[in-house]
Amino acid sequence: MSTVSASTKIDVLVVGGGSAALCAAIAARRHGATVRLVEHAPLSLRGGNTRHARNFRLMHDTAHCYVPDSYGEDAFMNDLHRVTRGATDATLARVLIRGSATIAPWLQANGVALQDPGCGVMPYSQRTAFFLGGGKTMINALYATAARIGIEICYDSEVVALPTSDGQGGNVVIDRGGITELVSPKALVLCCGGHQSDRAWLRDSFGDAADGLVVRGTPYATGRVLRMLLDAGARPVGDPSQGHIVAVDARGPPVDGGIVTRITAIPSGIVVDRNAQRFHDEGEDARKTHYARWGERIAQCPGQIAYLIMDAHGRARALPTALPPIEADSIAALAVKLGLDPAALEATTRGFNAAIAGGELIQRRTAQLAPAKSHGAVALAVPPFAAYPMRPGLTFTHFGVAVDPQMRVIKSDGSRFENIFAAGMIMAANVLGRGYLAGLGVTLSAVFGRLAGEEAARHAAR
Amino acid sequence: MPPDDLEAERVLRICTACMYCDGLCAVFPAIAGKHDFAPNDLTYLANLCHNCRGCWYACQYAPPHHFAINLPNTLAELRQRSYADYAWPRWLGRGFGANARVVAAIVGGITASMLIATLLLVPANVLFAAHHGPGAFYRVVPWPIMAGAAAATLLSAMLAIGISAASYWRAITPRAGTKAILRALYPAVLDIVTLRNLGGGGPGCNDADEKFSQQRRWFHHVMVAGFAFSLAATLIAAFYHHVYAVAAPYSLTSLPVLAGGIGGVTMLIGIGGLLLLERRADRALSAAAEIRLNIVFLVLLALVAGSGLAVLALRETAAMGLVLTLHLGIVIGFFAILPVSKAVHGLYRSLALLRAAIERARPRRSGDE
Repeated sequence: MSTVSASTKIDVLVVGGGSAALCAAIAARRHGATVRLVEHAPLSLRGGNTRHARNFRLMHDTAHCYVPDSYGEDAFMNDLHRVTRGATDATLARVLIRGSATIAPWLQANGVALQDPGCGVMPYSQRTAFFLGGGKTMINALYATAARIGIEICYDSEVVALPTSDGQGGNVVIDRGGITELVSPKALVLCCGGHQSDRAWLRDSFGDAADGLVVRGTPYATGRVLRMLLDAGARPVGDPSQGHIVAVDARGPPVDGGIVTRITAIPSGIVVDRNAQRFHDEGEDARKTHYARWGERIAQCPGQIAYLIMDAHGRARALPTALPPIEADSIAALAVKLGLDPAALEATTRGFNAAIAGGELIQRRTAQLAPAKSHGAVALAVPPFAAYPMRPGLTFTHFGVAVDPQMRVIKSDGSRFENIFAAGMIMAANVLGRGYLAGLGVTLSAVFGRLAGEEAARHAAR
Repeated sequence: MPPDDLEAERVLRICTACMYCDGLCAVFPAIAGKHDFAPNDLTYLANLCHNCRGCWYACQYAPPHHFAINLPNTLAELRQRSYADYAWPRWLGRGFGANARVVAAIVGGITASMLIATLLLVPANVLFAAHHGPGAFYRVVPWPIMAGAAAATLLSAMLAIGISAASYWRAITPRAGTKAILRALYPAVLDIVTLRNLGGGGPGCNDADEKFSQQRRWFHHVMVAGFAFSLAATLIAAFYHHVYAVAAPYSLTSLPVLAGGIGGVTMLIGIGGLLLLERRADRALSAAAEIRLNIVFLVLLALVAGSGLAVLALRETAAMGLVLTLHLGIVIGFFAILPVSKAVHGLYRSLALLRAAIERARPRRSGDE
């Protein structure tokens, strides 16, 4: 049953509940607008994927108490070009990078606490600042500020219709527990993320591989508003079948696993598919971010599953994991526990062990083995043997709507929606058409969110 | 493994893989890079936790998330068990279970027997008379009985807690030489005295909700300061008695009375604040047994301070005899129950902070990403 209440007049309606939405709402309110923020999630799960964020990337010319040394505009731009291989809008990238220079003090002024790199156990990071307590603490602080300065916050509220005409957004329909409400804002800021939690859409984009995907973030990134925007004529950017996909523990939750389920120990062992066959060089990339390269590979495996196999020494070299590895005293017994063919796994392991050539431990590689293990090839010999089943974990897709430098949504014909602004992951593909940089998600959300909020307030004041 | 330990292991594994809270308190650096948690490690971590609740509000995996992490509650349950496990003599451990009843029975019993003994042994015309001048108190309760009973209970309590703390330390001792331990003493004492770990890495604790506050830290400081003043008053009075040979009661402007009066009032302010925070706090983030232990201890401490102030207020009147006996009963009862009270946390937490300081001095293990 649904009822429609009398339409409510407000200046700026912000759709979403993550860092982009909060920064937009706070910026708009501080520019004098009356603001309502509608978050699809309940209070306990508010915050979108910012809940799983840890740090954010920022340009800075000098050291601050939360980030050492300096990280200049050109260095930031080079990093962005390197990971996107050119799939970035240079104008928006400049807006992002220059905006990042002032975002830390702005967040601090709005209650967010940043961690001193000298305390705790986090490694020294020249390019990113860390939230004290992580992304959820940051989100809590911004919600507290938003409430204090008079922003109306509604949880469990989903935008179900977004009518547009004459290049304008009109009456927005919001559903809250089956009760619908009509809101007529002067300006709309859409900060409700991509479509990575919509299984049906993922199947459209990724085919059968979608069934094996684990969604790492919030289940509320349904892409419903993104779809409505596209249907209303917004210009798409990026590719819905491309995403940031990493290797995650197959035993983790199907959504919302966040950071702890990623498997970071691949160089310490061998990776086999469900036929107990190796399929890629595990030593190729020994950097801490290597797991980000394995997501795509596992997605290509039969059944979208693979297994990391280590011996006791390999496990000791690895970082701790959220779920303990599956252990057994022999390779055959481990195979049984994993549901693999014991003879096949034994043959693979034997072949791997036999192919190891001499040399220093770290440089040690296999000889005459396909695929090779080019670094850290150490025999799997010491029980107990340990294994992690792995699946591809989707963080976000490289797909969204085009925006101009004022964060206005651009239509396919090149014109703009005059009062519809977008920020955060719903428009991230404009600057991040491919790849990922640590801490870029929050930077993008905060910088573009703040900008979109200010522009929306200016529009509403006209 | 007991179910508490299994749950702690499950939760701490997720925490080591996450580490977003590493700036909040000493617990997270202490688990960095750990693959497994032995029961004695859990005992150590449980007492290192100050139950500031920062990690609950920061947790991306808090219920209703699939992982349903509630680290403050998990560690509080373990902490309560460790109090019972390391109690000496062993049977004393049971006193932590039904703490309110045990404490009420012991303190009530001691106080009642002292009142009855006074009524039976002190002639009514002495007990119900107003006494003045040096030695007034001892005309009701003779000094050897007063000092003897108090000292005997306090010393036996200190012995029991000392032996408990020694076996706790044996269980959690890090592998470190004497030099390393001595080097860690100063930073550890600093952590103990400043309650740095009730600061959430700077902004403060989460006393009631996601807002930060330093209230818990300050009220604890105020209460301890009041206790220190009261202790100083007793020591100064003992000095007056033995060295100057001047017997109590002392004048209102004398050092023991001033220190005792300030101490009593300060303690009551601190206790009131802590009780108020206990009322406002989310109970799901602690253990039921811990909340009970806190409240029982705070109420008893308030009775000690309050009855002490009552003696001061009524010492010139005919009520002095009974009020004095009542205060003595509560004080001696308080001493008697110290080994089954929240007082034990002071030593356990201090030792845990010492181990943390020793481990902190070691080279830092690199993090990830």
